[in-house]
Amino acid sequence: MVQVKLSGSFKQAAGRAEVEVEAANIHQLLTRLGQDHPKLKPMLDRGVAVAIDGQIYRDDQFRPIPAGSEVFLLPRLAGG
Amino acid sequence: MSTVRVSTTINGDAVAYLCEVDETLLDVLRDRLGLTGSKEGCSTGDCGACSVMLDGRVVCSCLVLGAEAEGRDIRTVEGLAAGDKLHPLQEKFLEFAALQCGVCTPGFLVAAKALLDRNPDPSETEIRFALAGNLCRCTGYDKIVRAVQSAAAELRKG
Amino acid sequence: MPLDSNIDPATHKFNLVGTRPLRPDGVDKVTGRAKFGADANAPGMLVGKILRSPHPHARIRSINTAKAAKLPGVKAIVTAADFKEGKRALRDVLCNVMARGKALYDGHAVAAVAATSASVARKALKLIQVDYEILPHVTDVDEAMKPGAPLLHDDMITAHVDPAPKKPSNVAARCEFGHGDPEVGFKQADVVIERSFRTEATHQGYIEPHACLASMGMDGQGELWVCTQGHYMVRNTCAALLGMDVSKLRVTASEIGGGFGGKTTVFIEPVALALSRKAGKPVKIVMSREEVFRASGPTSSSSMDVKIGVTKAGRITGALAEIRMQGGAFAGAPVELGAMSAFACYDLEHVKSVGWDVVTNRPKQAAYRAPGAPMVAFAVESVLDELARKIGMDPIELRLKNAAKEGTQSSYGPKYNRIGLRQCLEATRNHPHYTAPLGPNEGRGVAAGFWFNFGGQTCVSLNINIDGTVALAVGTPDIGGSRASMCMIAAEELGIPYDKVRAIVADTSSLGYNDISEGSRVTFSTGLATIQAARDAIGKLCARAAKTWGISPEAVVWENGHAKPSSPNAGDFAPLSLADIAKKAGNTGGPIAGHFEVNADGAGVSFAIHLADAAVDPETGRVQIKRYTVIQDAGKAVHPSYVEGQFQGGAVQGIGWALNEEYVYGKDGRLQNAGFLDYRIPVASDLPMIDTVIVEVPNPGHPYGVRGVGETSIVPPLAAIANAVSAAADVRLTELPMSPPRVLKAIDGKAAGKARR
Ligand code: FES
Ligand code: FES
Repeated sequence: MVQVKLSGSFKQAAGRAEVEVEAANIHQLLTRLGQDHPKLKPMLDRGVAVAIDGQIYRDDQFRPIPAGSEVFLLPRLAGG
Repeated sequence: MSTVRVSTTINGDAVAYLCEVDETLLDVLRDRLGLTGSKEGCSTGDCGACSVMLDGRVVCSCLVLGAEAEGRDIRTVEGLAAGDKLHPLQEKFLEFAALQCGVCTPGFLVAAKALLDRNPDPSETEIRFALAGNLCRCTGYDKIVRAVQSAAAELRKG
Repeated sequence: MPLDSNIDPATHKFNLVGTRPLRPDGVDKVTGRAKFGADANAPGMLVGKILRSPHPHARIRSINTAKAAKLPGVKAIVTAADFKEGKRALRDVLCNVMARGKALYDGHAVAAVAATSASVARKALKLIQVDYEILPHVTDVDEAMKPGAPLLHDDMITAHVDPAPKKPSNVAARCEFGHGDPEVGFKQADVVIERSFRTEATHQGYIEPHACLASMGMDGQGELWVCTQGHYMVRNTCAALLGMDVSKLRVTASEIGGGFGGKTTVFIEPVALALSRKAGKPVKIVMSREEVFRASGPTSSSSMDVKIGVTKAGRITGALAEIRMQGGAFAGAPVELGAMSAFACYDLEHVKSVGWDVVTNRPKQAAYRAPGAPMVAFAVESVLDELARKIGMDPIELRLKNAAKEGTQSSYGPKYNRIGLRQCLEATRNHPHYTAPLGPNEGRGVAAGFWFNFGGQTCVSLNINIDGTVALAVGTPDIGGSRASMCMIAAEELGIPYDKVRAIVADTSSLGYNDISEGSRVTFSTGLATIQAARDAIGKLCARAAKTWGISPEAVVWENGHAKPSSPNAGDFAPLSLADIAKKAGNTGGPIAGHFEVNADGAGVSFAIHLADAAVDPETGRVQIKRYTVIQDAGKAVHPSYVEGQFQGGAVQGIGWALNEEYVYGKDGRLQNAGFLDYRIPVASDLPMIDTVIVEVPNPGHPYGVRGVGETSIVPPLAAIANAVSAAADVRLTELPMSPPRVLKAIDGKAAGKARR
């Protein structure tokens, strides 16, 4: 089980600050999150980034999520 | 549009060309003569990227007509190096990393050369004011000023 | 150099990384040989020009091109009808490239022509008749949010608001970040300050206007030469808009004369391709400076409220920001990034930032160096400065007491890895500038800044040549000397001299996909890929040596540019240099090359502190920067000169933003200052030298510890200068730019306030 921390708009949409999903990598995490929390789906579709233990992943869908790691959902970022 | 025939000297060589009467010297250099070292950043005399020397004075070639070059002496960035030897300003610009993107560099080199020709030992303030007509958006000017200072010192050594 | 493990950048002794060799593209750039966007020509080339709306908001009833088409020398005319509407994601890009149905800002493209000369093209534009129905417009962010404001898009329903609004508005989306409850925090505070701030839009101001040369063959294959930060992005976007196969469009990135985020999207490129396709000839389009200002991406303007509470001991107990940004005619103001970065420097229990993405009748904003962050830092760091004064604490001390460190939960969510904010603050406090005496009417300001930095898709190819030199192909346009850094990195790994490696930016058909050069990602991700490509090549070089010696490849190591047996047991063979192995490559298995493809993540955030001394003329309100120092964490500086250059360039762009630069709109919704004369960017005589201190706290996500450096440097200056000016003038400045009239008004306002009291 991965504990996913949500804040701000994600928290609002899901109605809580933390959700649990069964996922071994980012791809599974995002798929399950969308299934379990339909209100998050539009935000997920728009693009998100996932922070695992402080490291932000924007694209790496098959990045494994180690057990016990801190997982945060963020909007997808772009720079200049 | 009527055209005029112009005979002039560019970087020491005799050059003749036809241009339209309202065509700028910058367009002539770039589009007709293939001397694309001079850049167009604004075409209104505000950025200095098109700087060339006209009879020993720095001008914005975007504000000079091609027709006005008749019988004059033009120097562009392409004429700064002597054969395969870079001018000290060019060397110092490289050494001091005075360029990032480099699009402003030709204009700065021409303006700096003109400054050092008339004032071999300029102060930092004099350098800054002499180059105030040249815009650089990348470097913050620090390294450009230092490169010019160093080139001036080098040139004074002779 | 170990083949697979990361080295410890803090103790490792590099040969080249950290030195300052000359850049490989340098001589071309000082002699005028370098080819920029507008420097390419093709035989039979036509000149393309674009007709732009003079109205900020108007319905396009019809466009009649018949007269223009008859003008001798006109070879093609295109309007929105010539582009494929395509996927939703591209709809806004397309609408911005060529207006569809409505013109949404002064300068919005409505049609384009290709003709045999510039003068014919200009005449043709005048002959195109557009029937406009003029609509009411709005250019101010706060005005645009009001109910009853002129509506840009009938179908814009604010996203992420629960319950979803029933009616359309100019607000594209809301976002929110943070944890805890600021209201609880404010109750614990001894002092709470709340203030509102405004910043005007600024332009990236690259000296090279957008330029491209497009050539479409009758067989549907196209070529494009263009100055861009991302030629793969240009290829993919243009192919989609023109309905082409991606493989049929080959894009070459020219030298680029500055971008700063402004060249991360398409404007003229699809237009040039469409014209070329219609005319059957190459078409070159070069924007004028006026077009650059009116129609290419400025940054957002903003309006913000910030409230922060501290205890007398200097602990921040609560922080709240509400940020409204207009991003021009389409959704996408960088308000999310602004809201996320707002309090990212600090370790806070109760923090919240809310952002609103608003559309107005202005050109679509484009990224500008750390998009969204500088204006928010201006607001937050100004309030902190005021709080420090109120509680009588040194501003660095206040920041040190609250600085985020490894393990801190960031205000935008995740916990920080290893970061260098504390080190930057300490370096600032120890810098002689911090305690230097000030002159009359001078003030000193300090501010902190944060930026995320990005990685992204990257592909690098490294070929070993027959003479032992190396050809390195990267796919990220070189916007600040990155070819030099990449040559250094490749040479470092291979153990050969710097000048034996030559790096080029490959075209889209020669190398796999690369993301845009943006988000301070190039040295990080292309550097990472270069390291790995070099290591890949080393593996192959070692295998060839093993073959030559008839030993197992595992028994060969690479040291100082040579393959060697790993131990005396492996055999007694004289080391083979890279050149030795390269010479024989044809007989030992063919060409030797290293490749690496990656989606680089783990870029590592960075922090900077800026220190500014400003003199304010009380008579005129004119501000002069007297001294300026940038202190920033670079993780590991590969080429320190270009790192310093990024620090200095960002700082000076920030100085312009703080003091002079702004988009000025008239009541008619037209841009009043679309030229460098009236939109004044800093010149050499406005400035002092910009001192730099490179702090190196290695990024654990990179083999050498590299962090992005290009963007963070523009985050603190607005606030640092505002704090300096506020100190000098003894009145808080809350609006940018701090142009003489604004400063004078603030000074007069203070005097009037005193007189009343
Ligand atoms: S192009 Fe001539 S001054 Fe800018
Ligand atoms: S180096 Fe880019 S404008 Fe000067």
